[in-house]
Amino acid sequence: MTPIELYIHIPFCVKKCLYCDFLSGVFDEKMQRRYVAALCNEIKYVSAKHPGCIVSTIYIGGGTPSWLSEDLMDAIITTVKQSFKIDPLAEISVECNPGTLSSEKLNVYRSIGINRLSIGLQSANDDELKELGRIHDYNRFLHTFDLVRKAGFDNVNVDIMTGLPHQTIEKLEKTLSSVTMLRPEHISAYSLIIEKGTPFYDKYKFDAVKQQAGMPTEELPTDEESYRLYKFTMEYLENKGYKRYEISNYARNGKICRHNVGYWDRVPYLGLGLGSASLFDNVRTDNIRDIYKYCEISEAIAAGKNVPSEHTSPYYASEEVLSKKDAMEEFMFLGLRKIEGVTRSDFYQMFGIDIEAIYGPIITALKNQGFMDAKEGRLFLTDIGIDVSNQVLSQFLLDK
Amino acid sequence: MDQSKIRNFCIVAHIDHGKSTLADRIIQMTGTLTDREMQAQVLDNMDLERERGITIKSQAVRIIYKADDGQEYIFNLIDTPGHVDFNYEVSRSLAACDGAILVVDAAQGIEAQTLANVYLALDHDLDVIPVINKIDLPSADPQRVIEEIEDVIGLEAQDAPQISAKTGLNIHDVLEAIVNQLPAPKGDVNAPLQALIFDSLYDPYKGVIVFCRVKEGTLKVGDKVRMMATGAEFDVVEVGYFGAGQFIPCDELPAGMVGYMTASIKNVRDTRVGDTITHVNKPAPEPLPGYKKVNPMVYCGLYPADGAKYPDLRDALEKLQLNDAALQFEPETSVALGFGFRCGFLGLLHLEIIQERLEREYNLDLVTTAPSVVYRVHKTDGTMIELTNPSNLPDPSEIDYMEEPIVEAEIMVTSDFIGAIMDLCQERRGQYISMEYIEETRALIKYTLPLNEIIYDFFDALKSRSRGYASFDYEMKGYMKSELVKLDILINKEEVDALSFIVFSGTAYERGRKMCEKLKDEIPRHLFEIPIQAAVGSKVIARETVKAMRKDVLAKCYGGDISRKKKLLEKQKEGKKRMRQVGNVEIPQAAFMSVLKLDED
Repeated sequence: MTPIELYIHIPFCVKKCLYCDFLSGVFDEKMQRRYVAALCNEIKYVSAKHPGCIVSTIYIGGGTPSWLSEDLMDAIITTVKQSFKIDPLAEISVECNPGTLSSEKLNVYRSIGINRLSIGLQSANDDELKELGRIHDYNRFLHTFDLVRKAGFDNVNVDIMTGLPHQTIEKLEKTLSSVTMLRPEHISAYSLIIEKGTPFYDKYKFDAVKQQAGMPTEELPTDEESYRLYKFTMEYLENKGYKRYEISNYARNGKICRHNVGYWDRVPYLGLGLGSASLFDNVRTDNIRDIYKYCEISEAIAAGKNVPSEHTSPYYASEEVLSKKDAMEEFMFLGLRKIEGVTRSDFYQMFGIDIEAIYGPIITALKNQGFMDAKEGRLFLTDIGIDVSNQVLSQFLLDK
Repeated sequence: MDQSKIRNFCIVAHIDHGKSTLADRIIQMTGTLTDREMQAQVLDNMDLERERGITIKSQAVRIIYKADDGQEYIFNLIDTPGHVDFNYEVSRSLAACDGAILVVDAAQGIEAQTLANVYLALDHDLDVIPVINKIDLPSADPQRVIEEIEDVIGLEAQDAPQISAKTGLNIHDVLEAIVNQLPAPKGDVNAPLQALIFDSLYDPYKGVIVFCRVKEGTLKVGDKVRMMATGAEFDVVEVGYFGAGQFIPCDELPAGMVGYMTASIKNVRDTRVGDTITHVNKPAPEPLPGYKKVNPMVYCGLYPADGAKYPDLRDALEKLQLNDAALQFEPETSVALGFGFRCGFLGLLHLEIIQERLEREYNLDLVTTAPSVVYRVHKTDGTMIELTNPSNLPDPSEIDYMEEPIVEAEIMVTSDFIGAIMDLCQERRGQYISMEYIEETRALIKYTLPLNEIIYDFFDALKSRSRGYASFDYEMKGYMKSELVKLDILINKEEVDALSFIVFSGTAYERGRKMCEKLKDEIPRHLFEIPIQAAVGSKVIARETVKAMRKDVLAKCYGGDISRKKKLLEKQKEGKKRMRQVGNVEIPQAAFMSVLKLDED
């Protein structure tokens, strides 16, 4: 049995946050029902094409999956269980936003096997939440967190953001203390990225360029400030017993997100739903991103019609067969996101060649610059290497 | 052919006063071209000329005009380049004419180039007919302009045709003035041949096409001819005259005619502008006056952005040189930029044109180093070298003294800005010569200026300090002893040869400081701190620091979308490829060019 992970995408939001460029939108319940039906069709279709797999983690992300009514969530999980063999110890996560959960809903989640929740708080300061275009305030989050704990969830993540406009160390400290006080098992701390096509891009694009260039900014923190915010977060969380295990992820008592770690370890995963990505047999695929087309294709397949496609599945918008070079690059730039890094033996086992034969000079140079270190057969980024990981990781891309 | 029915003339004007438009209109009105064939500004052949509205190469056209007296006249109209960089070419074109039409803008009046060009025409003994153009403009004030022409130039202008070349108004008056006021050529068709070369052009099938004016004698197909300055000899294959946009062969070009000849000539260098063509068998006793070999004034390094394109750049330069004897180049190497060429140009405009043509017509991405003039370095051993590349400056201990080229500049400006312009000239080490008011509100200022002070951004500074009202022209005046030093730029302690330049010692500190500031903005932050230093000899005179990058993390990962993450990393890596590696530092191509503009802003 091949262990695999499942990612299931729910592209619906109550309201689009101003910084968000994820594939999601505001759709009514009718559309949600149609989509979930299409999604269930895809789950069946995909499972039939991937026999002999055992699912070790499921991650239902979005959008705001917790906005779906409980019967729809039930339908999805039930279909997954009917279609795939699930490890009894599987991690099953759902992304939630404050204000979209009720105790009834949470009880259904528990009963269908969901055992991990990720709550998007982002900030404990209401002015910052408003600026971000979030639908909730801090009090609403506290209420949600209480419901979650009362429903018996003992593996909970809270998302927070650093590098917000006008964010100061004091404001960040308030967020960090408000969150750590509640003792969630896991905290993800992401830096705000100004993405094209978002209202934040229109508002902050010049500031973002200035930040990148290390120049004085208007509203976003300067590069130097944002560095301090990021470092402060790290030190604060580590002091409170949260161990960083990946660039932006911290866990208490070893309760890491197994699903996410699977991405860095290149465990095969199947993406289900609109726009979701998969890695299987060294082929990376992306699903189509048009929700109407997605539903039509899925409905046609369910009706037994032949859907022509230039790809190996009508759901795919692209597929790329990874060469050995691609796979080696991924092994490095994904594996090194983990604080523990990669091991020489894994590299050798995977590619039949010594890691030094491919990356020797780069590793030596990065070690000399203090960005990388080695211990007991492991290669990993140092703290300052992680700080500039984009720069460091890009060096592991090989010339064509 | 009846010489009395020929008129050889050119049109001179300040830039934008409508020279090319008038030429087009004359060609159109005389029926040389049908309206359908008429393309705006026929004489400007190159796209670049049309776009910039300037003439780069001389062009000529033969027109038949049936005058009011019932007679048919042959007009040979020679369009001359309109920029100071091409002054010598202009003077040779003028020498091919017997008369000139002076076009003056009815609103702007006389400008610096108007004067320079009209004096040049008078120097060549040309009869000049003034024409007031753009009288359709609301701001036109022809009476004021007429008075200006009479007062400043001393030309009778009361009866000058008042025209609009754009709308075609009163063009007929111009045509009649050409017939009645310009002289017919003289010259003995049986005398020994003297034909003046005023331009040439390379054609892949015919070889070099030589544009010439026959002053004495007759040039025929089959003649054996000699270029009197270069000594090259050829058998004439074809002679002819200029139709609009085409060459029309004929049997012979007698004295007084303007036309072309071909003789399977492979190299434009053999047919220098200004040279005299004569017969091998019956040579003229002496060449026509005025020939000189033009030398480049401004040099810079041209490098392909992609090192693998070096052979392409060489081929392109060779092709451009076929048409442009003034362009010089020789291979050079730079530690920072790799293999490239040190190229010599007549001036900054010439440089820009070549650069633009290489990029546009040959699809090359170029990195250009700071332009440099030709310095004379007198060494302690008594020898002198002409320095075109700052990197080749000998050790200071070997240098006795240095000289730099000097120009005499004429700046015409409205009285409000005289102070500002004089300040500018002073800042640029100018030496005041004179100032005269040509009318109540405008003055002509003359200064001696070092050429290296005007090749960077003088023109821009002039325009900005006069709100666009100043016009400018200059002429080479020779060399002057000067305190010059080589300013080196060190990036992360390594000297970057492509950024070195020669500068007046008194302004070295200021230049060095600006260079460092500019480079600090251009060089992206690295994973380590990068000092940028300006140094004269071993002495550091300015310093800036590009701080180390502290944080660059790709925080989020969306549903395992690894391809997107990889694309971002690839972009990061690609960005580096477009940079030049100097030691550990990656310098963007643009940095090499941005330092050319060190304006006060």
